[in-house]
Amino acid sequence: MTKIDDVLAGLADQRYLADRGIASAVQLAIELPRPLLLEGDAGVGKTELAKAIAAMRGARPIRLQCHDGIDRSEALYAWDYPRQLLHLRAGEISGQASGTTALYSDQFLLARPLLEAVRQGSKAVLLIDEIDRADDEFEAFLLEILSDFQVTIPELGTITADAPPVVILTSNRTRELSDALRRRCLYHWIGHPDHQREVAIICLRAPDVPAVVAEHVASLIRNLRELDLYKPPGVAESIDWARVLTARNGDPQLWTPADLIETLGVVIKDHDDQMAAAARLAQLIEDAG
Amino acid sequence: MVDMQVAAASSGSSDEFARWIVVLAAALRAAGIPVGIGQTISCREALRALGTDRQSRYWAARLTMIHDPADIGLFNRVFAEVAPATDIADEPWSTTVDAASDRTNGMGTDGSDHVAAGGRASARERLKHRKFSETTESEREQLSRLIDQLAVSLPMRRSRRRRAGPSGQIDVPRTLDHAIRTDGEIVTWRWKQRRSAPRKIVVVLDVSGSMAAYARVLLRLALAMRRVADRDVTRRVEVFAFGTRLTRLSDELTHRDPDAAIDAAAARVVDWHGGTRIGDSLDALVRTWGRRGLLRSAVVVICSDGLERGDPHRLEQAMLRIKRQAYHIVWINPLAGNTAFQPVQRGMATALPLVDTFLPSHDFASLETLVDTLAAIG
Repeated sequence: MTKIDDVLAGLADQRYLADRGIASAVQLAIELPRPLLLEGDAGVGKTELAKAIAAMRGARPIRLQCHDGIDRSEALYAWDYPRQLLHLRAGEISGQASGTTALYSDQFLLARPLLEAVRQGSKAVLLIDEIDRADDEFEAFLLEILSDFQVTIPELGTITADAPPVVILTSNRTRELSDALRRRCLYHWIGHPDHQREVAIICLRAPDVPAVVAEHVASLIRNLRELDLYKPPGVAESIDWARVLTARNGDPQLWTPADLIETLGVVIKDHDDQMAAAARLAQLIEDAG
Repeated sequence: MVDMQVAAASSGSSDEFARWIVVLAAALRAAGIPVGIGQTISCREALRALGTDRQSRYWAARLTMIHDPADIGLFNRVFAEVAPATDIADEPWSTTVDAASDRTNGMGTDGSDHVAAGGRASARERLKHRKFSETTESEREQLSRLIDQLAVSLPMRRSRRRRAGPSGQIDVPRTLDHAIRTDGEIVTWRWKQRRSAPRKIVVVLDVSGSMAAYARVLLRLALAMRRVADRDVTRRVEVFAFGTRLTRLSDELTHRDPDAAIDAAAARVVDWHGGTRIGDSLDALVRTWGRRGLLRSAVVVICSDGLERGDPHRLEQAMLRIKRQAYHIVWINPLAGNTAFQPVQRGMATALPLVDTFLPSHDFASLETLVDTLAAIG
């Protein structure tokens, strides 16, 4: 049993079926330790992987969802001003003067995900989701945090992580990330799983789906991915489709074309793509029948 | 050599794997993938963590040295050469990798020199209304300089970020922060206001045969826009060219010397003066770049005469997609400089209803109009 097998088994325990590439990436992210940048089409399981790593290490993932305009006060820390003010007023009424030092204490500090991760250190799994949505300035700031895991709060002092936490970044490539950030990270592209693994994932994630349905859905999905769609279906869509089709009929032999076409909205969420997919499905049904 | 020493030093002794990494890194660099010393050291550490069998070596190297999915196909080839064996499964998604283009230099149709028009007006005034298609080589030279000097200013959008300002919304944290220093009394209100951020610009140039007289001039204009982005990292300008296939030129147009930049871009395009497949090319733009969000709330500038040889339905579909994602579509057409112009060309007639601003681009004056129009888009 090698370490890689341990990682594979550990992730499988968390209901995440990894391949060798993913397992290697996870192992390096933990051991080196270096941030791991994950890219891939929507729905291939980037965020799920981070959650599985956290669960494997017995931690709750600390998640920082990036968005346009995100800044330090949302990512790092902020002071709870309303409570500080109330505290000040309460002090006045009771006649106890409280100095400003008491106001800038831990009690009034709102720790945001990055500070939380620095505090927990090696125990933490930090998920920085959709980093491509944040802007360049935030990326530069993040780079600084990721290089020394040290946060300085002027009123409190410097907090340093005992050891770097496991950091997973995901990106949907809406913006090219800076080379500096890419170089700091390990990089893994998560592709769509191969047929076998997809069947296994469907069975694992949707236990009430019969194996024969999973098999069928996986091959239909693979066919749809071969079309040049604007948004190719991800694994999440395969799982949903398998569930929906099972609810209609547990035996693929009895599926009618209508079963597939009417449920297509679960898999394909774009009008033009749906037209293309419906045509392909009709053809597949014809070929099969 | 430096790499080898560093990699060897990090492992405590010179070992065969450090040497292997150095060889691989050198081969990757030779193939055009930049690999830094830091990455070779990481790779050595990764090998220690993962093991040294072939699969582990593959993943250790790929995870530490490759940072762009477009490079993975190339990496697989280089890896196979450096470590010949067959036990690594080919990644199925290598289809996403852009096919390596054969670089052919197809420029140089400066054949027919017209006689330079006399006239005493300054070069700028004289050239201002001179049709690009009727310029001599020396005039084109002067035009290039004029375009280089065009004051391109890019449109802005309101950003989600806010900053302290004299008016706008109440900045509650800052107001209270100051109140605490004055014993909880709010003496002055603090405000925050929206900042503005530059809009992305996506320039798409038609370089097919019918655009031959204009392509190089318009490329020069694209370069002038690119240079704005080069000076300021928060700005983003992407340039694409197409005839029958789409080529991204943004990286080529970063050279300091404008002539060298144009030459590099020209060398990158493989289908100069060929046929026109506007629909297919715009479709490719939407699929590869639109899917990643490049077009979202961007200003898209399409430079084409609209002489479509492909399927107009496909063009319409692609334009609809762009329209849904982009903030503003500008179409510039050199034919529109002709007073008798009617947008009856197959492609132009299809696309025109979906275009926000339609402008001519046959002379320098029309380019000035374009630049003003761009700056005015909110």
